[in-house]
Amino acid sequence: MNNLKHIDDKKQKNLMTSFYKSFKSFGASLPVLIGVVLLLGLFRVNVSPQLISSIFKGDFFRDVIIGSIFGSISAGNPITSYIIGAELLKEGVSLFAVTAFLVAWVTVGIIQLPAEAAILGKQFALKRNLISFVLAILVSLATVTVLMMIK
Amino acid sequence: MKDKIRKEKEKEKGRWISLYFLGLVIILYLFIFCFNFENAYNSLKASGDILVKLIPVLFLVVFLMGLLNYFLKPKAISKYLGKGSGARGWIVAVLAGIISHGPIYAWYPLLKELRKQGMRQGLAAVFLYNRAIKIPLLPVMIYYFGAAFVVILLAFTVIASLIEGKIIEMLEN
Repeated sequence: MNNLKHIDDKKQKNLMTSFYKSFKSFGASLPVLIGVVLLLGLFRVNVSPQLISSIFKGDFFRDVIIGSIFGSISAGNPITSYIIGAELLKEGVSLFAVTAFLVAWVTVGIIQLPAEAAILGKQFALKRNLISFVLAILVSLATVTVLMMIK
Repeated sequence: MKDKIRKEKEKEKGRWISLYFLGLVIILYLFIFCFNFENAYNSLKASGDILVKLIPVLFLVVFLMGLLNYFLKPKAISKYLGKGSGARGWIVAVLAGIISHGPIYAWYPLLKELRKQGMRQGLAAVFLYNRAIKIPLLPVMIYYFGAAFVVILLAFTVIASLIEGKIIEMLEN
């Protein structure tokens, strides 16, 4: 009986240390996370959807690349990107450019790059974002091409 | 022993980099406060809104990290997500990326923890890429862009995530 209690105590202690460890390693990441949130606040106030849509000019490849660039810089709730994307379509921007924008919005994060680099490593963060940027363009080309083929 | 000292040093360095980063952002804010009080004030308010929405997710992440620490020993992680994890590792990473909630940066600490315990780099990339697919948001996306578009986009997103994971692993070697 005593033995069982001992095992129980040990288990509980293990659970406590597990949570303490997770809390500690999370605390180490906190300054970066707060920094990113503050940058996002600045972004939300200073960059409007109108500003973004005024950048597209109608040249196919240029617009796709601009779409990917803007998606990469922007961050925030994906729903915001859907709303901007729908606005862009209404204003005659191509679906290719809008798709690249939507994909880059969620897969490339320039604003959170410092956080990613500090926590997961500079090499990894740079490689991941760069590859994701190129992939956003490729995914947009593939998606819209297939969509056009079925319709 | 040497390895341990090196790790400690790296940890220390990482801590300073993150503090520098926060410091720079605060200086930027102070600067804007001096020139355009309203703008800085509104931005601060917007940040507050973002933070309030973020807090439940952060709690979830810390909680999950604690549970992972407790239940998943490095051996299990290397079985599911480590070098010999094979196809199962890729599938787990894709599904975990799709299911996980909240903004991408909230998940960095958890991934760091998993990596320390032996997760493959490519799988971390796969997880992060699949966070592009958010099940609760799909109806909204369909409303704006149509079901056909969304289905095709999702399929290519999963494919792209696997390509990215493979490239990252190839670059690593």
